[in-house]
Amino acid sequence: MSVVPAGIGAADERTDVTSTPDGVLAPKGPSGRRGTRGRQKPVGGRTASVLLWVYAAFALVPLLLMLSSSFRSNGDLISDPLGAPWPLSFDAYREAWTAGNFATYFGNSLLVTLGAVLLSTTVSTMAAYALARGRSRIFRWLESLFLSGLMLPIHLAILPIFYLFDGAGLIDSRLGLALMYGASGVPFSIFVLTTFFRQLPAELEEAATLDGATAWQTFWRIMVPLVRPAVATVAVFRFVPIWNDFLFPLVLLRTQDKYTLPVGLTTFFGENATNYAAVFAGLVITTIPLIVLFLVATKQIVAGLTAGMAK
Amino acid sequence: MNRRTGLLFVTPALALFGVFVLYPMVTSFSYAFYGWAGTARQGFVGLENFTALFTRAPFTTDLPRALWHNVLFFVGTMLVQNTIGLTVAFLLHRRARTRRALQTLYAMPYLVSPIVIGYLWTLLLSPTFGPVNTLLTKVGLESWALPWLGDPDTALWVVILVSVWQWIGFPVLLYGAALGGVPDELTEAARVDGASNGQAFRRVVLPLLVPAIGTVSVLTFIFAMEAFALPYAFGGSTGNPAGSTDFLSLLFYRTAFDSGSTDAIGTSSALATLLFLLIFGGAFGATAVLRRHEKGITG
Repeated sequence: MSVVPAGIGAADERTDVTSTPDGVLAPKGPSGRRGTRGRQKPVGGRTASVLLWVYAAFALVPLLLMLSSSFRSNGDLISDPLGAPWPLSFDAYREAWTAGNFATYFGNSLLVTLGAVLLSTTVSTMAAYALARGRSRIFRWLESLFLSGLMLPIHLAILPIFYLFDGAGLIDSRLGLALMYGASGVPFSIFVLTTFFRQLPAELEEAATLDGATAWQTFWRIMVPLVRPAVATVAVFRFVPIWNDFLFPLVLLRTQDKYTLPVGLTTFFGENATNYAAVFAGLVITTIPLIVLFLVATKQIVAGLTAGMAK
Repeated sequence: MNRRTGLLFVTPALALFGVFVLYPMVTSFSYAFYGWAGTARQGFVGLENFTALFTRAPFTTDLPRALWHNVLFFVGTMLVQNTIGLTVAFLLHRRARTRRALQTLYAMPYLVSPIVIGYLWTLLLSPTFGPVNTLLTKVGLESWALPWLGDPDTALWVVILVSVWQWIGFPVLLYGAALGGVPDELTEAARVDGASNGQAFRRVVLPLLVPAIGTVSVLTFIFAMEAFALPYAFGGSTGNPAGSTDFLSLLFYRTAFDSGSTDAIGTSSALATLLFLLIFGGAFGATAVLRRHEKGITG
């Protein structure tokens, strides 16, 4: 990327980056600014509109069926799979939450995921700042090392990780799992954050240094607040795969008290495969936090999904 | 920022990444070249673990079958997901008011854990009480009310199509972003010259989307070769029914943790190494071809 223009122009570019209409994280060139002018007719007219909404229904109906089925009784579900969930029954949730141990699994998932996201976002923000600003060649080299991790299929290293954990006493430990996830989030977080730090004008730091601020003060008080949108994107986007991951807890956790939701769900499904209502409730419990996250942070998730487009 | 302060800022990330990602990745290769008796490492054995994969049961039957399923998974996903994704993105283009809402709806299933998606569709497709077969019977399509997941001929395609259903929001977003970068003047010019909408798309827009299509293909390839949680939810670690939903990652998992054979670590590491080479080779090869093509169109 070329040298960032100084002053107000650069600040404008930065706001543009965080709020492009498509939620794309990449800075847009001049050709990206066209949509508003010369309004053209949408392709396909009304027929296409109908098709697009029908497809939206197809994407959503299975999830809605999952939700509605979780509020019905097992007998109801078997006699009429497509019936309405009236009157609402919360028995399935009561059963899954207490007898099915979902309360425990839920707490474990929350602990591991939040811990890992906090860890990887913190260390990556610090590293990204140094990689964006360091002039020595070693930083270029370190950056490529981190970015190589974007392509590494970390799941294939499960055996060495298993023995590493075995030696360090981290088997069957939620802390170990959080450390593992924290590390695996570093490449993506550094990738996104470095791009953002590079777009900030250098004058800010020079001014802060002249005023006697230390490197840490400059970073924490001035730079971090400016990249807050990118930090939010990284944190929100990393939350989803960690919350959903299955292989690592399957291999690294042993006792049921420490299971995260995906592994707990597998156990529950194995033991209660015919208690459909309770299984549906378990599926909803596993999904709810992500839906809530999506509703409050759609922009960050969409930006994360398209971050791969940035060069 | 001077070099020493900079390195201090990088150190925590480097330590974490080094210990939990780089070190295991590097050692996982070395595991494949040693003999193993349980968890005790024996002497260097060269390629013996690799030859075992091609000469010893159950690998001689399971490995080609799993590989074939991964390939079908990739090809099926590419064809269905790219076609639908591109069409949807094209139709959404220039619908400024509804685009965002629809893109968001399409992306919803992506959020849900593959394990949840697998169990959800297992229940929805259940032959006895499943809503899908109930609906098919109600509208008079009894002959279509099949035991989708119980039949080895259909189970794999259910896994593939459910995966497409879950991930469709991703190509829609990427292609949407790429279409946003194609200047309207180009299609306008083609239209002025008498091209139809379809022609303008095929001859002008599509070639400019090749980089985006390439990105999606490479990511789909990596994704398809690593498929684990979704098939696990559908068919367990053995790829039921009758191994018809077995994949390379499942075979790796079984070999490493379920086989009980004394040299499990050696053979499963050899398998992981092959899978790694396949993923890296495929992704790098495709990226190189794309780079050349991109140079070709941008001159």
